[in-house]
Amino acid sequence: MKAIHYINQFFAGIGGEEMADQTPVFHDKLIGCSMMLNAMCKPDIEVTNTIVCGDNYITNHTEEALKEIFAFLDTKEFGIFFAGPAFMAGRYGVGCGIICKAVSERYHVPVITSMNEENPGVEEYKAAAYIFKGGRKATFMKQDVTPMAAFAKKIAKGEKLLPAAQEGYFPRGIRMEIPQPDGIMAADRVIDMLLKKINGEPFQTELIIPSMEKIPPAAPVKDLSKATIALVSSSGVVPVDNPDRIQSASAQKWGKYNIADRDNLPEGVYKTIHAGFDPAAMCAVPDRGIPLDAMRYFEKQGKIGKVYDWFYVTVGTGTTQAFAAKFGKEIAKELHDAGVDAVILTST
Amino acid sequence: MGKEIERTGIPVTVMCNLIDVAKTVGSNRMVQTVSVPYPLGDPELSPEAEWQLRTSRVEAALNALATPVEEPTVFPSKF
Repeated sequence: MKAIHYINQFFAGIGGEEMADQTPVFHDKLIGCSMMLNAMCKPDIEVTNTIVCGDNYITNHTEEALKEIFAFLDTKEFGIFFAGPAFMAGRYGVGCGIICKAVSERYHVPVITSMNEENPGVEEYKAAAYIFKGGRKATFMKQDVTPMAAFAKKIAKGEKLLPAAQEGYFPRGIRMEIPQPDGIMAADRVIDMLLKKINGEPFQTELIIPSMEKIPPAAPVKDLSKATIALVSSSGVVPVDNPDRIQSASAQKWGKYNIADRDNLPEGVYKTIHAGFDPAAMCAVPDRGIPLDAMRYFEKQGKIGKVYDWFYVTVGTGTTQAFAAKFGKEIAKELHDAGVDAVILTST
Repeated sequence: MGKEIERTGIPVTVMCNLIDVAKTVGSNRMVQTVSVPYPLGDPELSPEAEWQLRTSRVEAALNALATPVEEPTVFPSKF
């Protein structure tokens, strides 16, 4: 298998800050740390080319930089793409993230880099690339290139890839089912966990929820009777033909549906496509998932000003937090543009 | 999702069954629902009782939207 390696101006030996505007340069002969990477990848992978680009150029002129790099990569055959390691260098890390994400999306090959946990590129790009946990500075070069090469070799040889924590890269927010790890069934594992908890011993949950940033509560609605309130839901209630083809699990999109002329969500017109529970009760009465009928009742009573003309929906089961946050941002923008005052969000 | 909407200044009441999960993910206004397969209903109840249940929970959620909160708060409902 062939691989291509991206590094910045500094590690190519061109120069430091003064050369950070360097446009992409393509080498058919390996330079800088690409040689070390290639030596470690042999014989399973051959690193064929080094791409060098200034950190400012890729971060400030991303579109142009990617265009130039794609024009080069389009002519090459490669099965793996490397960038870095970027240590704690912020712009280099972001640059590695930009190129890894773009290459992965365009060429659908595994993309591998390495950064220190403090590098801002980690938070932004850990979902898009395998980012191995690296040292703080360039003295860790050999130490950081080693796991990148080892992991790439596993991919090249088609070996089984282990979860992020075991391989050593930052978790990408992907959940995998592992039937009976170590041959121990779930009932035994959960009791082991419970006994540890009772005994005050450390234990590890199998469903890790990343630690959460707290959002300060928004100010309350001043006057409900004048407020426009939107219904948002992860219940999977959609028009019966699911026109947007929202996935029944691990959703990657949301839909919005007009309810301006509806007093409720009738059976046969709407249904839930949620694969996380028995849908019979919600399909029979979709308002059990998205309570439009009750909202209309309070609208008619004058308790609230208006039910917003569209409801927003996705499926909450298996959906990663990264996607949920993306949906939330996109929906929030629409709600703001429409002048919606508040939201009732039903989840299952 | 609710968090990202709330971040932009729009108050959100999250209606869900697993209140602890809602708390963990950082919801600020919460009303507990009946169950996972039928959050706002109950096929075992008479239509009248189910309607009372649904409107009661939704009313609690609406009232929550008009109530100032300092920290994650669960709002009770009558039914």
